Amino acid sequence: MNTTETLAIPIPEQLDPPAITGKVDLDLTTVGDFTVPDPRMKIRDVNVFYGQKQAIYDVSLDIGSNAVVAMIGPSGCGKTTLLRCLNRMNDTIDGCRVEGRVEMDGKNVYGRKMDPVLLRARVGMVFQKPNPFPKSIFDNVAYGPRIHGLVRDRTDLEEVVHTSLERAGLLDEVKDRMDQPGTGLSGGQQQRLCIARAIAVSPEVILMDEPCSALDPIATARIEELIGELRKNFSIAIVTHSMQQAARVSQRTAYFHLGYLVEVGSTKDIFTTPKHQLTEEYITGRFG
Amino acid sequence: MNPTKQIVSGLARRQRAEKRFRLYGLTAVVLGMAFLLLLFGSIVANGYKAFTQTYIELPIYFDPAVIDPSGERDHQTLFSADYWKLVKTAMYQKFPQVSGRKERRELARMVSEGSAYELRDQVLENLRLIGTTQHVWLAADDDIDMLMKGYIDRNLPEDERRLNDRVIGYVDSMREADAIERRFNTTFFAAGDSREPEQAGILGALMGSFLALIVTLLLSFPIGVAAAVYLEEFAPRNRFIDLIEININNLAAVPSIIFGLLGLAIFINWFGMPRSTPVVGGLVLGLMTLPTIIIASRVSIQSVPPSIKEAALGVGASRMQAMFHHVLPIATPGMLTGTIIGMARALGETAPLLMIGMVAFIVDPPGGFTEPATALPVQIFLWSDSPERGFTERTSAAILVLLAFLIAMNAAAVYLREKVTKRF
Repeated sequence: MNTTETLAIPIPEQLDPPAITGKVDLDLTTVGDFTVPDPRMKIRDVNVFYGQKQAIYDVSLDIGSNAVVAMIGPSGCGKTTLLRCLNRMNDTIDGCRVEGRVEMDGKNVYGRKMDPVLLRARVGMVFQKPNPFPKSIFDNVAYGPRIHGLVRDRTDLEEVVHTSLERAGLLDEVKDRMDQPGTGLSGGQQQRLCIARAIAVSPEVILMDEPCSALDPIATARIEELIGELRKNFSIAIVTHSMQQAARVSQRTAYFHLGYLVEVGSTKDIFTTPKHQLTEEYITGRFG
Repeated sequence: MNPTKQIVSGLARRQRAEKRFRLYGLTAVVLGMAFLLLLFGSIVANGYKAFTQTYIELPIYFDPAVIDPSGERDHQTLFSADYWKLVKTAMYQKFPQVSGRKERRELARMVSEGSAYELRDQVLENLRLIGTTQHVWLAADDDIDMLMKGYIDRNLPEDERRLNDRVIGYVDSMREADAIERRFNTTFFAAGDSREPEQAGILGALMGSFLALIVTLLLSFPIGVAAAVYLEEFAPRNRFIDLIEININNLAAVPSIIFGLLGLAIFINWFGMPRSTPVVGGLVLGLMTLPTIIIASRVSIQSVPPSIKEAALGVGASRMQAMFHHVLPIATPGMLTGTIIGMARALGETAPLLMIGMVAFIVDPPGGFTEPATALPVQIFLWSDSPERGFTERTSAAILVLLAFLIAMNAAAVYLREKVTKRF
């Protein structure tokens, strides 16, 4: 038996060597304008450390109002870390230290007067893996309004839950089984439930950490459509691995590399005329 | 030689290795089960007969001249009267042919000495019995009980057995008259300890264990869970906390008798708490159980997916709300399992109780936390030390009761783990 005969795909004689230019030698100061006219949140010269290891280097970025900013970049480039700085979810990680300034409406998010509870009510988050509470669909959405005391009575609460589910595009699918556990839904439904849960407390900013990475293409399309809807009322920052997704849902794109914000600009410009060599190499798929 | 052939040639060897390994495992399981069965079998074989007891039927004449000579029905008089004489008289009437001081003594001794107290209690409960004749079933002496249960070999020479031919003759004649029989041994479950096997029961020890376990639970569950929650969620990561964690893990491995010494030194000698009491026993067992509960609770908190906590924090729950609304409900079955297993261990613990004096001979079941008591495993220890054959079988019977409680508790733990656990 000759093994080479069984191979269906012919192996080319020689692969083109990947054209990765010297990453370290390149200038990593941000290319493009990181500010927007009416920012909802401002990140200025932020450095993040995990113990001794630095994960983010001098990043400055604005989160615009009623717009979607996409954060893209290869794995380990610090985009999720930066996202979690915005609502201080990094507080829960041992040894994580944030330097620099993150502002929301002119107030320092890491300031002494800022209560993380209030901050997280204003800056909601949707996680990579759908994480509904092991409670009923209703209770999942109702939890936020309940603990913040946003509703006066049951009727109020029901209205908030219904509106949130409707805006998350889930109401029609679950209205007959509100008392069923949220964990019994499909992956895409669960993620939309998590979005409904996040918007039930009427946040101003929604952070999305690769919200579609655990979903199939149909569920992904559903969520992307939803993000387009939500943009009318919320400011959204989304971390994604999929460049197509960034191109579809966002107005601005920020490209990260090894903890540096390499390039930021309008999504159209980033994907058609990237200025930085690393950005170009990444979006043309030469590494990532 | 191509790769496929190479793989095929090694395949048989790999399958053999796997088969061998499975056989080792199966052998280990079978051996383990065999030893367990042997252990249980021997205990059951030794102990099951203790759940019955030999009783003798006697027509007792409650002679007013003996128990109430003044006729005033005075409580004190009735309480201290000589009820044993009633038993003796009834026995002599049953066997009128027996004469001689020694023989008559043998005859009376066939009935348990505790019968006098039983007759007293009957009279004090119902004064109208005085002056009447009642057919009463009284517990037989433990030697008679042993004979009835077949533990005394009639073929041995007379001077080598505990009962002589005369007494065996009395038993046989009563057996023919259906005046002696084995019945369910209520005394075993309703009485405290006694010097006489036929009067001894486990109620006192059970009560002592129960009261001590309540104290243990009240002490160790809240403190254990609170400590686990703090260490998992709120404690800063520094050397001091590391030191505490290491010490908790070490405490879980400390021999239990050390906790007994600690209880003796701190609770009894320093705080001046009464010795031999369930409250001190419970405190000592609680300290002993604490590390187990802390460790089990921490493990079950850790096993809650962090995404649940993040989700709660993400909608703006405080750390405490995230903990109490989401993490703890999911961790509760695990915590309860750990607690029940810790309590089961505490129930079976003997050594620390010896140190704080719960090893005393206590007849009356305790009525409260500060009354002298003993515990079930200590009672087993005490009885196993007694030479009478009756205590040997009661030791095994008490072990059976203890095992029943332990199995019930562990089954409850398994049930909680399987049924109450939320799936996600």
